[in-house]
Amino acid sequence: MNTNAILSVRNLKTRFTMDEGTTKAVDGVSFDVAPGQVVGIVGESGCGKSVTIKSILRIVQKPGEVVGGEILFRPQRHGENGTDFVDLAKLDGRGKEMRTIRGNDIALIPQEPMAALSPVHTIGNQLVEAVQLHRKINKRQAEEIAIERMKEVGVPSPEERMSAYSWELSGGLRQRVMIAMALLCSPRLLIADEPTTAIDVTTQAQVLNLLRGLQKNHDMAIIFITHDLGVIAQVADDVVVMYLGRVMETGPVDDIFHNPLHPYTKALLGSIPSIHTTSREPLPTIEGSIPHPFNRPAGCPFFPRCAAYMPGKCDRQTPKLERIGEHQSVSCFLHHEVAEEI
Amino acid sequence: MSLANSSDDKVTLLEVKGLSKFFPIKKGVLRRIQGQVRAVDDVSFRIYEGETLGLVGESGCGKTTTSRCIMRALDPTDGEILFRSANGEIVDIAAMRESEIRPLRREIQMIFQDPYASLNPRMNVMDIIGESLQVIGGMSAREERSARVAELLALVGLRPEYMQRFPHAFSGGQRQRIAIARALALHPRLVVADEPVSALDVSVQAQVLNLMLKLQRELNLTYLFVAHDLSVVKHICDRVIVMYVGKIVEIAPTETLFSAPKHPYTAALMAAVPVADPRQRTAMTPLEGDVPSPANPPSGCYFHPRCRHAVEVCVKKQPALEECADGHLVRCHRAAELSLPGIGGENEAATAGS
Repeated sequence: MNTNAILSVRNLKTRFTMDEGTTKAVDGVSFDVAPGQVVGIVGESGCGKSVTIKSILRIVQKPGEVVGGEILFRPQRHGENGTDFVDLAKLDGRGKEMRTIRGNDIALIPQEPMAALSPVHTIGNQLVEAVQLHRKINKRQAEEIAIERMKEVGVPSPEERMSAYSWELSGGLRQRVMIAMALLCSPRLLIADEPTTAIDVTTQAQVLNLLRGLQKNHDMAIIFITHDLGVIAQVADDVVVMYLGRVMETGPVDDIFHNPLHPYTKALLGSIPSIHTTSREPLPTIEGSIPHPFNRPAGCPFFPRCAAYMPGKCDRQTPKLERIGEHQSVSCFLHHEVAEEI
Repeated sequence: MSLANSSDDKVTLLEVKGLSKFFPIKKGVLRRIQGQVRAVDDVSFRIYEGETLGLVGESGCGKTTTSRCIMRALDPTDGEILFRSANGEIVDIAAMRESEIRPLRREIQMIFQDPYASLNPRMNVMDIIGESLQVIGGMSAREERSARVAELLALVGLRPEYMQRFPHAFSGGQRQRIAIARALALHPRLVVADEPVSALDVSVQAQVLNLMLKLQRELNLTYLFVAHDLSVVKHICDRVIVMYVGKIVEIAPTETLFSAPKHPYTAALMAAVPVADPRQRTAMTPLEGDVPSPANPPSGCYFHPRCRHAVEVCVKKQPALEECADGHLVRCHRAAELSLPGIGGENEAATAGS
């Protein structure tokens, strides 16, 4: 484990137990986040990226449950050099300790700002509430913090916006308000769940630039969830590639894009039409589609769609995430022989 | 009525002339009309037979409204939509009555954005695809219909045995294949695809794009491809229309548009696409501000408040859509003097020019 990490997720397992069966939404995910680092989690729908961050925030709803692993987090109050980790997986999701961490030490920027903001409360109201929840200050001081944060994220005339409602703002502005809200308590870790999916490309560029700037100024760590490889390439330092609840590959962004090891990462990179590729040529594709979570294949989850599938091996055993080289880790039998113990 | 063909003898399949669609804004107890949302404002373009024409722009630019007017899912406020039907007759879709459009429905078909919403969950695949065969195609015998449905399923890469299944049994990509099969059931000549891959995962997106390209070659289809994703548009389209606040700002062949855009908005749009390479990180924000509301657009050129190159005339006078090269139209006062960055190397620009 990285000793100075502020967050270390170890073998996290989250399951949804339903009448129809059990879904292993997150099945043994491990990664570290160092202070000031941007970690991008990339994967297609159903890969467990959203459930992973919900597990970290302990907001997985029933019938979902964190059933195993550790979520080691170092909150602010233990000091910069403190080695005291809190295992979030062991805390009560609704308990006091988790509530002081959530929104304070770890903040979330949700995917859809329209769904996340209340339409019947003013922006100011919602921002002030969030500050006062974590700090013992009066309303006037809380308003000052809110206005200051809105200024910082580039909301024009923030004093006037305080009395505006969310539906009076444009999509880009709403997302800025959400970012301001996340920054209110100067979190150590910011989790951005597809923050640019619901907005247009020119606004997306504005938001990405803003996040990059904020990360530098505040020396914040960011976990950035997206399915867009272009966005990952632009913002992340480290990348975690997920598929069906498992980590396929992790490593520095340059290695992932220029020296991908896992067949899934390679295929994913190959299948995106780029504005730099030749037009009208058939794109390389990944055969088949993502399996339904109830019919997870045994062994490596990717083997039925894998070009390098080794019969008798990949369909029997599940490869473990093992370090290959200095920084990259991969879970594939092409690169090592270590299998998950059953 | 007649349809002019292009200079190099491509046959015009559809010509849109001065198409406008305004939505009234009603306010107060009496629901008086207070203003107009000019969703599509004086749009003109042609679609040639066998090509893929892309229609791009950000949300609220009028691209979906334009495609819906062509389908006559919306009644245009003004303008003509001339279509060359299979028997060679040229008809104005915009002026037709509902009953007159019916026979045309088999020639113009649509693929929708969200395959989770566009397939009726209570109908099986046989009924979803076979419905139009029965209603418009006049195929009343069930055996005949199921043979055609099986053929269509094979065409889009699904197993004919799936015919009795319901949409919930399929993944997003498979559903979109079913939607494509449904659109192709009556041998259409024009297929309007409104964001057909934007709801799909990347690994599946490529499969559907490849399928659309294959079908176009095999069946000589013409596509109007509405999208906001420029990389997808670059991949699949022959020519591209860029729209901004209800107006066309640029039309050009794909290679030309991407290698040498003439409108500052087109250039900004391309610069905003994140490049999937960590070694090419872009530092600057291509555009400040937001898209103006089509109910209350700015004066002069609609783009001037966000444009880096705006000068005095841009604030006062609205530029016209003018031809700057063969097949390359642009709506900008400064199109001739500006040299804007595109994407792609010199050799791409050279092939586009030849």
